[in-house]
Amino acid sequence: MNLIVELEKPLTELEAKIEGLKRLNETQRVDFSGEIRALEERAQQLKLEIFSNLSAWQRVHLARHPKRPLALDYIAALDGFTELHGDRMFRDDPAVVAGFAYLDGLPVFVIGEQKGRDTKENLYRNFGMPHPEGYRKTQRIMRLAQKFKRPLLTFIDTPGAYPGIGAEERGQSEAIAASLRLMAGLSVPIVVNVTGEGGSGGALAIGLGDHVTMLQHSVYSVASPEAAAAILWRDSTKAEEAATRLRLTSDDLFEFGIIDEIIREPLGGAHRDAAGVIRSVLAADRRALDALMLLSSEALVDRRYEKYRRLGSHAELMHDRAAR
Amino acid sequence: MSPTPNWLRRRSPRPEAAADPLWEICPACNERLYRKDLDQRLRVCPRCGHHFRIGSLERIALLADGDFQELAGNLVTGDPLRWVDRVPYPQKIANDRTKSGLLEAVVVGFCAIESVPVGLGVMDFSFRGGTMGGVVGEKITLLIEECARRRLPVVIVCASGGARMEEGAIALMQMAKASAAVERFSELGLPLVTVLTDPTTGGVSASFGFQGDVIIAESGAAIGFAGRRVIDQTIRQKLPEGFQSAEFLLEKGQVDMVVRRSELKGALGGALRFLTAKAVPA
Repeated sequence: MNLIVELEKPLTELEAKIEGLKRLNETQRVDFSGEIRALEERAQQLKLEIFSNLSAWQRVHLARHPKRPLALDYIAALDGFTELHGDRMFRDDPAVVAGFAYLDGLPVFVIGEQKGRDTKENLYRNFGMPHPEGYRKTQRIMRLAQKFKRPLLTFIDTPGAYPGIGAEERGQSEAIAASLRLMAGLSVPIVVNVTGEGGSGGALAIGLGDHVTMLQHSVYSVASPEAAAAILWRDSTKAEEAATRLRLTSDDLFEFGIIDEIIREPLGGAHRDAAGVIRSVLAADRRALDALMLLSSEALVDRRYEKYRRLGSHAELMHDRAAR
Repeated sequence: MSPTPNWLRRRSPRPEAAADPLWEICPACNERLYRKDLDQRLRVCPRCGHHFRIGSLERIALLADGDFQELAGNLVTGDPLRWVDRVPYPQKIANDRTKSGLLEAVVVGFCAIESVPVGLGVMDFSFRGGTMGGVVGEKITLLIEECARRRLPVVIVCASGGARMEEGAIALMQMAKASAAVERFSELGLPLVTVLTDPTTGGVSASFGFQGDVIIAESGAAIGFAGRRVIDQTIRQKLPEGFQSAEFLLEKGQVDMVVRRSELKGALGGALRFLTAKAVPA
């Protein structure tokens, strides 16, 4: 069960009541506007109480909220999206969507990790966890972007690359490794958006770019909290503790210099104003692209190299060499 | 093994893990093995051929012709997440330094392999499970960049549980950093040969591990993206016999060859000589 759905239940009920009163207000002669205002104030208060102090684990659940906008919601808001399918080698992976579209008239290639809205769709989308063929599909799109000199937009929303038998047999490691290399050398602008869950190499495989935005309540980490707990303590039920330790919020990632821009969400999360959030993400992408398109392809690749070259955490031990 | 070069002898001796100084038990066939004999056989069980894990310094001694000139040997990690679980992360690092006699999970530098000058990086599972944090990513990147400048081939021997959880997203980004370095290096027409030893998983296999022009796996090594534990806890599927072994990967087309430890230096020498030979005039 999603913790946020539970938390916001009283709010959802209150909002349903307000809606009901509003309908009555329109159809009946009685004036409910005073009551409506009072309830709306109460709802605002409740929202503040619930959402202004979320724990890391609650943020993970907000990023996984069943109503949160998904990759295809952003992509559908572009003009004239045409989906392209398949890796030409094995099959089409529904956990990854890709194709071309126009962003305010600008032709772009797009790639997104796609979760499902309900159980049935989630089974089809494999909960947004790509197989190697999904990454090989994205590599095709990246090569097309290169060949036709179109910028690339990506939308990250995955718990991670799928850890399963078929995925291992078909080279999950190679698929991710090849994508990383390809993105590092791509001579067109790459704008990356972390819109939901950014889990591990499975996220990074479409996440190496020139400008990385992150929605305020998205999360991005070295492994999903469940996987991190399994790796660290051999116990995936300690995910809550892992979430706290991993420093996976947008503020953390911005502090580390890993992302370039945080896109604000309405109080309560992106699903409370999906259209508005999608507009802000696409506007940010367009701004970023306008700046990046001024650079030569050489300067672009160099700048990207330096961006990742800087990321680390190390120091020189001064006295050690003499001691050994 | 070849005679211990000077730079290796300068290091503090590695404390023996096992209680018995003379004998070891093969974990694969339970044979009781005389330690000296096992060491002489490159730590490969004479009965069943099981390859015991070896450290980075032993591996360098095995592969380098003679001297090894270390690069960036004094890099130590920070604590970007201020991580604490049972013990603070800096304490874990301090413990592993004492235990392994190493400062980090990879040693990089320059040497010759069968007379071919190379940049060599060797990971060490005994330090934080060979995990890649900021230092491993930095040293691998420095090695590749320096080899690009010197026009030298790169050999990386992987042994890693993947990205280091305690450095969070900073560890994840080392995959991007090292991959970008490999891409640049490769554009120069220089060869990268990777050796996947037990175990090679996660962020290391999914970056430079599988970016080799030639990928060599050591016999019996466990190699994969997700470790068994993650697969078990995530999908609870029963895993087939030999799943993720070097031999399994060869059959699935994921690696170029599987070699025994005694054959590794020869295999590397052969590949390096071929890949660095002057091109035939057109």
